[in-house]
Amino acid sequence: MNYNVNEKGYYGEFGGAFIPEMLYPNVEELRQNYLKVMEEPEFKKEFNQLLKDYVGRPSPLYFAKRLSDKYNTKIYLKREDLNHTGAHKINNTIGQILMAKRLGKTRIIAETGAGQHGVATATVCALMGLECIVYMGEIDIARQAPNVARMKMLGATVVPAKSGSRTLKDATNEAIRDWINNPVNTHYIIGSAIGPHPYPDMVTRFQSVISEEIKLQLIEHEDRENPDYVVACIGGGSNAAGTYYHFLHEENVNIIAVEAAGLGVDSGESAATSVLGKEGIIHGCKTMLMQTEDGQITEPYSISAGLDYPGVGPMHAHLCKTGRAEFMAITDNDAMNAGLELCKLEGIIPAIESSHALAIFEHKTFKPDDVIVLSLSGRGDKDLQNYIDYFKI
Amino acid sequence: MNRINQKLQEDKKLLSIYFTAGYPNINDTVSIIQDLEKSGVDMIEIGLPFSDPLADGPTIQASSTQALKNGMTTKILFDQLKDIRKTVNIPLIIMGYFNPILQYGVEAFCKQCQEIGIDGLIIPDLPVDVYHEDYKAIFEKYGLINVFLITPQTSEERIRYIDSISNGFIYMVSSASTTGAKEGFQDEQTTYFERIGNMNLKNPQIVGFGISNHQTFTQATQYAKGAIIGSAFVKHVSNEGVNTIDKFIQGILN
Repeated sequence: MNYNVNEKGYYGEFGGAFIPEMLYPNVEELRQNYLKVMEEPEFKKEFNQLLKDYVGRPSPLYFAKRLSDKYNTKIYLKREDLNHTGAHKINNTIGQILMAKRLGKTRIIAETGAGQHGVATATVCALMGLECIVYMGEIDIARQAPNVARMKMLGATVVPAKSGSRTLKDATNEAIRDWINNPVNTHYIIGSAIGPHPYPDMVTRFQSVISEEIKLQLIEHEDRENPDYVVACIGGGSNAAGTYYHFLHEENVNIIAVEAAGLGVDSGESAATSVLGKEGIIHGCKTMLMQTEDGQITEPYSISAGLDYPGVGPMHAHLCKTGRAEFMAITDNDAMNAGLELCKLEGIIPAIESSHALAIFEHKTFKPDDVIVLSLSGRGDKDLQNYIDYFKI
Repeated sequence: MNRINQKLQEDKKLLSIYFTAGYPNINDTVSIIQDLEKSGVDMIEIGLPFSDPLADGPTIQASSTQALKNGMTTKILFDQLKDIRKTVNIPLIIMGYFNPILQYGVEAFCKQCQEIGIDGLIIPDLPVDVYHEDYKAIFEKYGLINVFLITPQTSEERIRYIDSISNGFIYMVSSASTTGAKEGFQDEQTTYFERIGNMNLKNPQIVGFGISNHQTFTQATQYAKGAIIGSAFVKHVSNEGVNTIDKFIQGILN
């Protein structure tokens, strides 16, 4: 079984490029060039240099002893939260900004939900001196004020998405519309492993540095390259894609994908796409998505803004359908408690997205000698208000 | 012969109107179609509303959102249209995004269209290649013409390819934009219209996007077989209701 994208842009039956003709030249230009550019020695050198000196890679692989003791197994945390800007998102934006420059683009657009990808994009645009426009749902702008301020300080223009439900899905629509209206000079930095081919593959490759490092680091810790499990949370699925990438074809490595169940999978307030979704088309690709019987895309819910997306990337839809990955759904409540537990046991305040992954230990029992690598995709600074409100701190 | 092909053979410039089904009220669909025909419109695009219309600007987005709030669904639209051919003769095209059609079932959708007397489909996010490989046979089985878009950025090679698999007309998007974004034409557009005109394509072209009044209609149809008005019509209906459709159409034609 192949879990990578094929030459037509599909993962099994998922993927492709379902885009209006207006976007065809942009997407086609990218499709024809992305692999070629990524293979250039100069590109690799610049990308790796920036990941090292600017982002602070490699991010540590940390053996979480007290957490491991509590659950009687061996848990390693891949510390993406220690990256510059506080999450894995920057791996992709560094890659894409270099790609945009190679393609001669002078204007960058992005969508953002909670603002993490927006901040990571604004950051690399400042670094490269490129114009940056970030689309963000009107409702998200109101509830993520610190990230809006960060983007503005970094020189980006934040444009409210006022259509539809005024959240991430609509911000993505607005960014796509901007790209249609500015087809020549603009590059669209998609923040997750979604969108028309080649985006899911390109984003996955830029994020694959996560699993590349895990392999090397695990040798130091455990004298083996492959863990028994890799675990990551999934919204669109970019940190998960990067965490799984180099293990996809290692049969002995179990893959666990953690979705947000919100108030409960059957509560009507959930973002557990693998359970609630059905095959369809969202933002230019065929994948699993939450929709009405009539094919209208619905609004998901999760306490975590980063997991609050009605679809998953096409690679993950394929991993789910083929059974390669085990999908688990974690409620708001369980995630918040797992987040607080990591604070107390390890002195790390995780992003609420990552807290969903941490919560699986309450639901699944591992063997004492199992080696589990969990992607701690982001830090919890941005979620402080959520934690304060939730725990009445 | 398909009504679209018949219409394209008429020795006149064609006016096609887009409206969003279920807007402003859910039951306006049939009367809007009847009034448009009576006013002298040559062809109608019935918009099947979608929650996430990527290629559309604010006007059509808002009308789609409202239509969905009004309760419009694919099934209701088909039900409203079931007797439409008893009163309406001009070509009818359904314009919608691919996901609702996929969920209905592409073959079931096409079959229903044929039974009602729909002549063609415009599905902006169904790519040419996917159509060609997976769906062309189904569309043809039910006598439906699929209409493709081209833009100023579409390469000559790709336009020739699109022309080769089209069997009605080519929807010539006037500028790189979403619907309703720009009004009027600059030299850039007319140069593009001329360039396409000189390619001697087998399918006639109909211009869409940016046409809102008599002047832009006349300008567009100097270079093409016809023109499509969408956002301006939806805006008119939104501002003035559905009782002054004839006034709007006469304003375009005269």
